[in-house]
Amino acid sequence: MSTVILLLVTGLGLGALYFLIASGLSLTYGLMRVLNFAHGIFLTVGGYASWWIAVRLPIGEPWRFLIALAGCMVVGAIVAAAVEVSLIRPLYRRHIEQVLVTVGLALAFTALVQGIFGPDPISYPAPGWTQGVTQLAGANIPNSRLLAIAVAAAVFLLLAAFLRFTRWGLIVRAGVENRSMVTALGIDVQRAFTLIFALGGVAAALAGALGALYFGNIDPQRGTATLIFAFIVIVIGGLGSFTGSVLAAVVVGLLQQFINYYSSVYWGFSAAGDLSVVLLLAVVLLWRPQGLLGRSVG
Amino acid sequence: MSAPTTIRTLLEVEDLHVHLGESHILQGVSFKVPAGGVTALLGRNGAGKTTTIKAILGLVGRSGSIRLLERELTRMPTHQIVRLGVGYVPEEREIFSELSVAENLKLAERDKKPRYDLVFELFPELKQRRAQAAGSLSGGQQQMVAIARALLNENQIILVDEPTKGLSPLMVTNAASALKRAAQAATLLLVEQNLQVARTLAEKVVVLDQGRVAYTGDVAELMADPALARRYLGVGGH
Repeated sequence: MSTVILLLVTGLGLGALYFLIASGLSLTYGLMRVLNFAHGIFLTVGGYASWWIAVRLPIGEPWRFLIALAGCMVVGAIVAAAVEVSLIRPLYRRHIEQVLVTVGLALAFTALVQGIFGPDPISYPAPGWTQGVTQLAGANIPNSRLLAIAVAAAVFLLLAAFLRFTRWGLIVRAGVENRSMVTALGIDVQRAFTLIFALGGVAAALAGALGALYFGNIDPQRGTATLIFAFIVIVIGGLGSFTGSVLAAVVVGLLQQFINYYSSVYWGFSAAGDLSVVLLLAVVLLWRPQGLLGRSVG
Repeated sequence: MSAPTTIRTLLEVEDLHVHLGESHILQGVSFKVPAGGVTALLGRNGAGKTTTIKAILGLVGRSGSIRLLERELTRMPTHQIVRLGVGYVPEEREIFSELSVAENLKLAERDKKPRYDLVFELFPELKQRRAQAAGSLSGGQQQMVAIARALLNENQIILVDEPTKGLSPLMVTNAASALKRAAQAATLLLVEQNLQVARTLAEKVVVLDQGRVAYTGDVAELMADPALARRYLGVGGH
C-alpha cells in the first residue's frame, strides 16, 4: 500500500512538472496557433538561473531558495518575452519557419548552456527540508515531490483565476476561440500573446527550479527532454485547452511512474512507462483526435 | 431658396485590390460613403461585398487606399482601425460561444461609458440572458449580441455584414429596427441580401459585380429601374 501511495505522489509530482511546462505551451498554441519547440529552454533557463542565484546568495534557507525561485521566474519571463518579440512575432502565421526557428533555437541554446556550464549535470544546492521525507499513509514521500505538487496547484489556481476574472484572461479565452474577431473589437491580441508567452516562461522556469529539486541536479538537456512529454500532454489534453493540459499532465505523470516502477520490478525494464505514454498518445489520437478536452475542428 | 448642402465624405475607398490565394477578388474597387445615414453595399453572391468589409478592417491583405475622415487605414493594424471608431457586425455573427453574453459585451467595451442603456433598451432579452453562454443562444439572439457589440461604443461608422441572414421574419424586423436606431448614432455601411431591408434602411447604394463597382447612386433610383436591378442584383426592382 505504501508503495502505491509513494508512486501516486511521485507520479503527481512528475505530472506537476509536466503541467508547469505544458500550460504555457497550450495557451500559446490556443491563442496564436504557435507550436514553440523552444519552450523547453525556459525550463533550462529556470533551472540554471535558480542555481546561479542560489550558489551566490550568502544567506540561509529558506530565503536563499525563495529568492532563487523568484529570480528564476523573472529571468524566465524576460527570456520568454524576448523570444516572442524577436523570433516568434516576425514569423507569425509562417508555421514552417516558426518550427525551424524554434527547433534551431532549442538546439543552439542547449549547446550554449553546455559551452558555458559544461555538458554534465550540476548538483543543485537544495534546501535541507526539500531533501527530507513526510510520512503519508505509511509511505515516506520526498518533500520535493510535495513541493512540486503544491507549486503546480498554486500556479493552476492563479492561472485559472487570471483567465476567469481579468480582462486579459477574457481576451485570451476569446482569442483561443476566434482571434481575428477579438482584433475586430479593437483589441491588440499581440500584446495578450506576449503576456501569455511571458507567463508560460515563468511557469516553465518554475518547472526548471522544481525539476532541479526533483532530480537533484540541473542538466542542459532537461528542457528538451521534458518538452517531449509536455507536447504529449498538450496533445492528449487537447491543443489549446488549459484544463485539458492539467488533466493530461496528471494522467501522463501517474501512468509513467506506475508502469516504470512495476515494469522495472517484474521485467527489469524501466523505460516501459515512457513507452506507455506514447501508446496512450496513439490511442487518444485514434479515439479522439482533438484530445480529451479539445474542440473538434470542422 | 435654401443654400446647397455639401455632404461630407466619411469613408473613401480607392482602387482597392484583394487577392485571396490565386483569386483576384476585388479588382480596383472605389466608392465613397457619405457621413450620416445608411449606404448599402449590394451585389450578387461572390461579388466581393464581404471581402470589401474585411479589407476596410484589415482582416484580409489589400492594396489601394482606404481613408476614414482623410486618415489612411491601409497601413494600420485592425485593432487601431477599430479604435478610430469603426464598429463591425460580421456575416457569421462570430460571437464567442464559450463566453457568457455579459463577457461578450464586456470584451467589446472600448469607451469609458459603454452604452448599455441603449443596448438593453433595444435588446431587453440580452439583459435577462447576461449569464447564459452565448453559444446556447438562438440564431436571432446571437445576432442581437453581434449588433449590441457594435452599438456599445461611439462609432464613426459601423460595417454591418448581412445582419438578417438566416433569421426568422420576426427577427429580421427586429434586426432592421435595431439598425435603424443604430443609424441615428453612426453611419452604416450595410451589406444586405434582403433587398426589402436594404431599401427600407439605406439611402445610398454601391453595387459590386465580379469585384468591381458596377453602380453607385440612390437606392430608390436603382430599385425604380427594373432592368438595372435585374442586371446587377438578379431581381426585378419593385
